[in-house]
Amino acid sequence: MECQECQERPATLHFTQVMNGTKKEVHVCEVCAKEKGYMTYPEEGYSLHNLLTDLFNFESVPLGNTNGDTFRQTKELQCPQCKMTFTEFKRIGKFGCATCYHTFSDRLDPVFRRVHSGNTKHHGKIPTRKGGDLHAKKQVESLKTELKNLIENEAFEKAATVRDQIKEIEKQMRGDDA
Amino acid sequence: MTLQQFMNEAISPWMREDGPDSDIVLSSRIRLARNFAEASFPLIAKQEVLEEIKVFFQKEYEHQSFQDYQDFAFVPIRGLSPVEKRVLVEKHLISPHLAKHAESAATLISENEQVSVMINEEDHIRIQMYFPGFQLNKALKKAFEFDDWLEEKVNYAFDETRGYLTSCPTNVGTGMRASVMMHLPALAITGQLNRMIPAINQLGLVVRGIYGEGSEAVGNVFQISNQITLGKSEEDIVEDLQSVVKQLIEHERKARSRLVDQSGTQLEDRIYRSYGVLEYSRIIESMEAAKCLSNVRLGIDLGIIKNVSRHILNELMILTQPGFLQQYAKKTLTANERDVLRASLIRERLQLEK
Ligand SMILES: [Zn+2]
Ligand SMILES: [Zn+2]
Repeated sequence: MECQECQERPATLHFTQVMNGTKKEVHVCEVCAKEKGYMTYPEEGYSLHNLLTDLFNFESVPLGNTNGDTFRQTKELQCPQCKMTFTEFKRIGKFGCATCYHTFSDRLDPVFRRVHSGNTKHHGKIPTRKGGDLHAKKQVESLKTELKNLIENEAFEKAATVRDQIKEIEKQMRGDDA
Repeated sequence: MTLQQFMNEAISPWMREDGPDSDIVLSSRIRLARNFAEASFPLIAKQEVLEEIKVFFQKEYEHQSFQDYQDFAFVPIRGLSPVEKRVLVEKHLISPHLAKHAESAATLISENEQVSVMINEEDHIRIQMYFPGFQLNKALKKAFEFDDWLEEKVNYAFDETRGYLTSCPTNVGTGMRASVMMHLPALAITGQLNRMIPAINQLGLVVRGIYGEGSEAVGNVFQISNQITLGKSEEDIVEDLQSVVKQLIEHERKARSRLVDQSGTQLEDRIYRSYGVLEYSRIIESMEAAKCLSNVRLGIDLGIIKNVSRHILNELMILTQPGFLQQYAKKTLTANERDVLRASLIRERLQLEK
């Protein structure tokens, strides 16, 4: 399917746009999506709530699923900590507290994907204090990548050392858990 | 350290040093958004909770020092006059948002103004670390160390999958906004920048003009920053930003030398006219001042104007903004009065150079 705006590039984004009660199907490429405001990018120091409210106007109903109302009919989620409901979150585009992230967790991937170019998982800094196990996990992850590279490059002797290191860390992690 | 110092000087002490590539990159900044794990975010938190956070920062950090960042001043926003708030915003020490939500907001500012912590902004904690010129890596390293130092006493809201949890979904993950301020007169004059912006946006970076209304960049000063905070490490985000900034620097240098080669006289004319306006005008609006300052700074960088400090752009850009002018005059001024004072301050400042 080609992009309905430029009729050049393939359409990679498909939305059902619900505006003023009427539904419209939108098929656009990423470039046009940005240019024509189908995808709004936030600017720093700017009221970001427009972005989020825009975002939810697209209610990400997959095409082919004509029953777009299922989303709305599901039971209202509410954060036990700050009492914010998912509807409120959608309206203001901000979380009320850290617990909101857990409460709404199942519904957040589409939001994050859209805002962060398809990403839903953190890959950065870990707090030094709470990190304990996390730091070890992260270290194992990077050692495993190194191990893979070493094996590909047939540096088996070095690979064996790295493998032992991984084993050692994993043993320690298990010990911590017990 | 007192509030008075922040008010009196237009340029922060750290700006007086030249960083790498400082003919084009004015400053580098890392901002980290953090929150307390147990408290609701400022948007909906109860007043008492925010007050408690504020008191915590005053108790734990006022007059404390960390590495080069000495003697933190604790400044509750509530106690500031409108002009004082405006000055802190114009110096980029606090955000407009913080100035607006004064009730329970505060800031910690180091003596050299290189670090400021905004308390109860959109998030409980926003750390800002500045470096002169193009030094993103250094800024990141120092911001991390400072972050670790705060973390010794603060239990951060953090989730294994989502990272640092923030009030707005656009900041979650690293909570980091890395940015550089660039003076790009040649790319702006030749219209090349507008053509480059879509490609830069494609890389998940945002270009915006500062010192102007809307998207217009008065004074040809632009901020380039990362858009995405989730899914990439801070180092990778900074590296991506850096590679774009490097290219922009190269393009700007090329565009400058092409301008000199192809339209040297017109360029010189433009620069000297601006210099003349700054040196002799009696009434000048901020837009015109910004334009002229950009041209004069370009003239200094190209060696056309000699014996004038390069810092003049940074300094006068801030000094001639409404908040600062009124702080200087020690009273509120009408727009006309500001234009007169602006012209006279610029003339005085140029006289100092002689
Ligand atoms: Zn298209
Ligand atoms: Zn909540």
